[in-house]
Amino acid sequence: MAKIKALTGAEASAEAMRQINPDVCAAFPITPQTPVMQKFAEFVADGIVKSEFICVESEHSAMSACVGSSAAGARTMTATSSAGLALMWEILGIASGLRLPIVMTIVNRALSAPINIHCDHSDSMGARDQGWVQIYSENAQESYENTLLAVRLAEKVLLPVMVCQDGFITSHGVENVAVYDDNKVKSFVGELKPYKPLLNVDDPVTYGPLQLTDYYFETKRQQEPAMEEAKKAYQAIGKELKKITGNDYGYFEEYQLKDAKAAIVVLNSTAGTTKAVIDKLRQKGKKVGLLKIKLFRPFPYEEVGRALKNISSIAVLDRSESFGANAPVFGEIKNALYDAKSKAKLHSCIFGLGGRNIYEKDIEDLFSKLLTNKLKGKEYIGVR
Amino acid sequence: MNIKELAKKLQNVKLTSGHRACSGCGFPQIVRAVLAATDDQIVASCATGCLEVTSTIYPFTAWNIPFIHNAFENSAATIAGVETAFKSLKKQGKIKKEIKFVAFGGDGGTYDIGLQSLSGALERGHKFVYVLYDNEAYMNTGIQRSSATPYGAATTTTPAGKVHPGKEQFRKDITKIVVAHNIPYIAQASVSNLMDLTMKAEKAFKADGPAFLNVLQPCTLGWRYPSDQTIKMAKMAVDCNFWPLYEVENGVYKLNYKPSNPIPIADYMKPQGRFNHLFKPENKWILNKIQKHTDEEWEKLLRLCGEN
Repeated sequence: MAKIKALTGAEASAEAMRQINPDVCAAFPITPQTPVMQKFAEFVADGIVKSEFICVESEHSAMSACVGSSAAGARTMTATSSAGLALMWEILGIASGLRLPIVMTIVNRALSAPINIHCDHSDSMGARDQGWVQIYSENAQESYENTLLAVRLAEKVLLPVMVCQDGFITSHGVENVAVYDDNKVKSFVGELKPYKPLLNVDDPVTYGPLQLTDYYFETKRQQEPAMEEAKKAYQAIGKELKKITGNDYGYFEEYQLKDAKAAIVVLNSTAGTTKAVIDKLRQKGKKVGLLKIKLFRPFPYEEVGRALKNISSIAVLDRSESFGANAPVFGEIKNALYDAKSKAKLHSCIFGLGGRNIYEKDIEDLFSKLLTNKLKGKEYIGVR
Repeated sequence: MNIKELAKKLQNVKLTSGHRACSGCGFPQIVRAVLAATDDQIVASCATGCLEVTSTIYPFTAWNIPFIHNAFENSAATIAGVETAFKSLKKQGKIKKEIKFVAFGGDGGTYDIGLQSLSGALERGHKFVYVLYDNEAYMNTGIQRSSATPYGAATTTTPAGKVHPGKEQFRKDITKIVVAHNIPYIAQASVSNLMDLTMKAEKAFKADGPAFLNVLQPCTLGWRYPSDQTIKMAKMAVDCNFWPLYEVENGVYKLNYKPSNPIPIADYMKPQGRFNHLFKPENKWILNKIQKHTDEEWEKLLRLCGEN
């Protein structure tokens, strides 16, 4: 049975790692990822997990060691934030190109400059085209459950997976987290059956060969069906996980969306704030709703298009910029709505860069503008 | 191991022929000699560079042992991951065999861009052998200077110009940097003395912790000498005391070879096109400076080895 524990988001991720019990973990400390690795280090120190923990000298080496370990045939996990993810960037593409099922917790934090330790999504959004599956989590509970799902998903389709949660807001905030029975989780996660591991010395394989104009394209081409497969597998594995948790693992969550006239699209913790506002406004008879993206890579265009098609006014909230272009989530929603032939009024709103707070009042104002068609162009919420 | 035994061990081909290394390249011999030095199974990692590029052109591979190339700067971190996976799986009883781990890197991937990754892996004490094949510049990208490039050498980024006569800095002493990590075994070797190299590789594989081999590997294209002169170049580098053969076993320095009559370093440099400009009369002072530096470094090493 599930035990309710008071955990931060970071501890919830570490709790998932305890139950997954990976063979190897390689990580480097960076705020606000540190409590994930510290908690996990305690499990290692006390022999609660069998994992070998490599305390590397940089995130570049963290991901490099993860690549080595995963190719060797070991279940491998890590965690990072911000500059750490940026430093890994080169190796992220190698992990996905070599089809290594590494699972990484991302505790979202702003990128420099200016240096800032607080939450925004510029780190993981900057890595969105590196061939990793990306799952976003609203709270500690989702961070925990998504991590369990991620291991199965990664190993099923041979792609690495990032599970993201908001720095400090989620990672350092204590919540009640339902932690499911160790044995049930263990049997859900199962054993890794490595594909062509380096350590099978009787069948020597070469990882990372040189492919020029004659083969590179074909190899990269194969990552696309793998992502399509990931989309299907995410749902199938989610259904299995539901048997333990009772929760749904959709590509996104729809909250009061069916009859909504105005909707907000957002991911991670701000979805929680938005739900609270929706509850309030619904009591006043306002038809407002939310679409919270969970699976961002691969992106569920068709399904999002269908869900938002009949809503007349939509604001997409991004916690990162793509300077000189559409913000990351906004761009995807616009694509989805184009395919769905939607005539919705679609607005891009940037908020919360560098951890700037977003309040219920901000979201209430936004809904009110959406309902009265007062939103013009791109909005910046909470900026001076 | 004697030369007959080595020849026999080389029958077990771990790096095959058919790779695309240049005629006259030294690293196939280095790799084969190192891999022959243990009877255990071996998994290798390799930094981006000549060795990786010429031995793994898809859909072919010259490696008969498990091999991984990750990126330029992380051969050591990558093998650290592989070795740790082995440790974990062995502890769990999922692997029974004994496996050895070796990381290859050129001078660019070791002295420069991979130095941090190497240092981290050495400090953490992973059980692996790092083999640096040192050809003294970024040869794979077209002979650019590295911090291993010797003073005075002309490279494509330190050309012999009217104002700047080639590289104007002495190379970094990577072997001593590694010594500072207090690992159990470190050695400097040369492709000109395969028995010495094999003996060192045997010790490296047996070391209880990380081991490091710095092997001089002349480059026919980068150093600009005829491709049948590679072994001769490597031998002259040793005979002029530019590339001493020595080892540091558990902190104790030992000189493995002392030339009875060291040749002037100019004799070693003369046949190499990269030093041509130094033989103009106006650059005589550079040759003198290099000779002086070589003598000083040699004296320092003799003291460390208790030889004087």
